[in-house]
Amino acid sequence: MSNTNSLSYVRKEMLEQQPAPRSQVGFTRWVRENLFSGWFNSILTIVSIFVIYKILAGTLPWLFGGVWDATSLEQCRTILTERFGNTHYACWAVLTERWNQLLYGFYPETQYWRANLAFVLMLASLAPVLFDKVPRKMLYLTMAFPFLLVWLVWGGTIWGVTSVAVGFILGGVAFKLVDRFGSMALSTIAAVAVALIWWLFIGPSVVGGLNAVAPLGHLQEVQSRDLGGFMICVIIGISGIALSLPIGIILALGRQSDLFIVKTICVGFIEFIRGVPLITLLFTASLLLNYFLPPGTTFDLTLRVIIMVTLFSSAYMAEVIRGGLAALPKGQYEAADALGLDYWKAQRLIIMPQALKISIPGIVNTFIGLFKDTTLVMFIGIYDMLGLSNAIRANAAWNGIYWELFIFIGLVFWICCFAMSQYSQWLERKLRTDHR
Amino acid sequence: MSQAVERHIDRSNMTVSDEVAIQITNMNKWYGEFHVLRDINLTVNRGERIVIAGPSGSGKSTMIRCINRLEEHQQGKIIVDGTELTSDLKNIDKIRSEVGMCFQHFNLFPHLTILENCTLAPMWVRKTPKREAEEIAMHFLEKVKIPDQAHKYPGMLSGGQQQRVAIARSLCMKPRIMLFDEPTSALDPEMIKEVLDTMIELAEEGMTMLCVTHEMGFARQVANRVIFMDQGQIVEQNEPEEFFNNPKSERTKLFLSQILGH
Ligand SMILES: Nc1ncnc2c1ncn2[C@@H]1O[C@H](COP(=O)(O)OP(=O)(O)O)[C@@H](O)[C@H]1O
Ligand SMILES: [Mg+2]
Repeated sequence: MSNTNSLSYVRKEMLEQQPAPRSQVGFTRWVRENLFSGWFNSILTIVSIFVIYKILAGTLPWLFGGVWDATSLEQCRTILTERFGNTHYACWAVLTERWNQLLYGFYPETQYWRANLAFVLMLASLAPVLFDKVPRKMLYLTMAFPFLLVWLVWGGTIWGVTSVAVGFILGGVAFKLVDRFGSMALSTIAAVAVALIWWLFIGPSVVGGLNAVAPLGHLQEVQSRDLGGFMICVIIGISGIALSLPIGIILALGRQSDLFIVKTICVGFIEFIRGVPLITLLFTASLLLNYFLPPGTTFDLTLRVIIMVTLFSSAYMAEVIRGGLAALPKGQYEAADALGLDYWKAQRLIIMPQALKISIPGIVNTFIGLFKDTTLVMFIGIYDMLGLSNAIRANAAWNGIYWELFIFIGLVFWICCFAMSQYSQWLERKLRTDHR
Repeated sequence: MSQAVERHIDRSNMTVSDEVAIQITNMNKWYGEFHVLRDINLTVNRGERIVIAGPSGSGKSTMIRCINRLEEHQQGKIIVDGTELTSDLKNIDKIRSEVGMCFQHFNLFPHLTILENCTLAPMWVRKTPKREAEEIAMHFLEKVKIPDQAHKYPGMLSGGQQQRVAIARSLCMKPRIMLFDEPTSALDPEMIKEVLDTMIELAEEGMTMLCVTHEMGFARQVANRVIFMDQGQIVEQNEPEEFFNNPKSERTKLFLSQILGH
C-alpha cells in the first residue's frame, strides 16, 4: 500500500480567505450564545429580566415623578399627596433650593463669580496637561493657575500670591546659577534656601508695603471656614492630585536610591503614612499642628488639609510608580547609560515615561481614591457636600431628607471618577506603541 | 552554527593603526564572593576588529560591559581613548559618548519612534539641534537600510530590523569604538545575515569593534583577532586562521569542536 506519489504534494494555488458562516456572527448569535445557550441559562435569563423589571418599576417613578419646586419637605409632601395620593416619590426640591450651598458652601453670594471664574480657569489649565493637541502655550496658564486660584478664592490683593510666586522664581534662578558647578544636591539646597529666605523674611514686609501703597486687584477676603460644598472638594482633590504625582515620583526614585539616607527617609515616610488612617492625619492637621507651630502663626486650615491629603496619596503613589519601575527591563537603563545619558535625563526621557505609562491604572486608582476621600474633611468641620447634607437636615425645613441628597452627592462623585477612569483608558490606548 | 557570510569584503579601510584605543591591564572583578573576571590584560588598537568567544558564563559580557562602565571593575586599569575609567562621572560620561554598544535584546526605547530613538542621545547629550540630529539619524538609518521605518515604533519592526536600528542609534553618537554583545543570538536565522552585513559594512569603514559572538563565519572573515575566554580569563588569542585551524589550548579545542559541531 505504500505509494510514494501520495506522500509528495505541492499546492499550486493559495486559497482565498472566506467569510465566517452566518450563524457565527451578529446579534442573534450573541443572544443565543450568551443568554439562551441551555435550559438553565434560559431560566436564569428570564428570572433576571423579571428582577430588573421589578427594580425599575419601583425606582423609576420615584426618580422621575419627584417634586422639583418646594421650600420644605413638608410642602413637598403636600404637593405629592395632592398629585398622587401618596408620598412615594422623590423630593428633588432640596437640590434646587440648596443648589448654591451644595456648590459653594458658605461662600459670599456676591462673590460666586470668583469661584466660577476659577473653575473655568482650572478647566482651561488642565486642558494642555491632559491633551497634547492643545497649544503648548497654554501651559503658562497652567503654571500661573495655582496662584490665580488662591487669589480668586481667598481674595486679598495680588501681592500675596505674587510674593509666593516670586519665591519660586528666585529658587529656580538660584538652582540654575548653582547648577553650573555640577552638583544636583548643592543646587537644590541653594534653591530651597533662597526661596525660604524670601518667603519668611523679605517677602512679607515687601507685601505689606505694597499692600499699603498700591492695593492692586483687591478682592473681598474670604475665610477658609466659609469654603465648602463641591468647591472645597474640587480644590482639595485637584491640589492633592497635582501635588501627589510629582512627590510620589520623587519618593519612588528615592526608595530605589543607592544613598542610604535618602532611601531610609523615603521608605520610612512611605511606610509610616501608609500605616496610618487618613482621618488621623486630618485630625492632626486640624488640631495638633497648632501646638507645634510657633504661637501666632496662622496656617490656613485648607492648606493644612491639602498637605495631609497630598502626603497621604503620595505614599500610595510612590508604591504604584515603584511597581511601574520594577516592570521595566534592566536593558532600558543600560541602553540609556550606554548612550551617555545622565541619571536625571535617563529618568526623564526613558524611564519615567515608560514607568508612568505602565502605572496609569494604579495612578488613576489613587487619584479616584483621593478624590473620594475628600469627603472625610467633614469630620474636621469643613462643610463639603456630605457635611452640608447634615447641615441641611439640621434645618427644620428639610429635617428627614436623606435619599435625594445622598443620590445627588453620589452622582456628582460618580461623574468625576468615571470621567477620570474614561480619560485614563483613552490615554492608555493612545500611548500604546506595540501594535504591529 | 557558523553562518556563511558570502560576500566580498573590501579591506582597503580595514587597517589597524598602532594608536591604542582600549587598554586593560590586570583587571579583576568580583560579584560578591564570585571572582568573575581574573587578571584580564587586553590592548586594542584603533581599527581592530576583535571577536570574543567562549562558553556561556565565562564573563564575556561582563568584560565588554566594563569598558563603558555598565559594570564596575574592582582592580586594575581600563583606559579608553586615553581616558582612564574611574568613579569620576566626567570620565564615564566622556567615554560613554565615544563608545557605542549594541545588546542582545536590542534595548530600543519602545515609547519612542525609530527616529526619536536615534535623535535622543545626540540632542540631549551632544546638544545637537533637532534638525541636524534628524539629518544624522536619517543618514544612519539609510545606512542600515531602514529609512522608511523612521516613524514607526520599535514594536512594529522585526528583530533584525530592530537590531539594525540599535546599531544606527549608536552610530548617531559618532562613536570611535563599538561594542557588540551577542547581537545576533536573539534573532531568527533568516535575520542574522542582515545584521551581520551591517556589522561588516561598519568594519569596512575602519570602525574599532569588539564583538561577543558565536558567528564563527563572521569571525573568520572580519576579525583580525579572536579571543577565547573561559572561567573569567582570557585563555587564548590569535589571528582567526590560526585560532580556528590550530587552537593551542585544550579548552579552546573542546569549545570549537562543540560550536562547530565536529
Ligand atoms: N549581576 C550579577 N550578579 C552576580 N553574578 C553575575 C551577575 N552578572 C553575571 N553574573 C555571573 O557572572 C558570570 C559571567 O557572566 P557573563 O559575563 O554574563 O557571561 P557570558 O556573557 O560569557 O555568558 C556568570 O557566571 C554569571 O552567572
Ligand atoms: Mg553574555
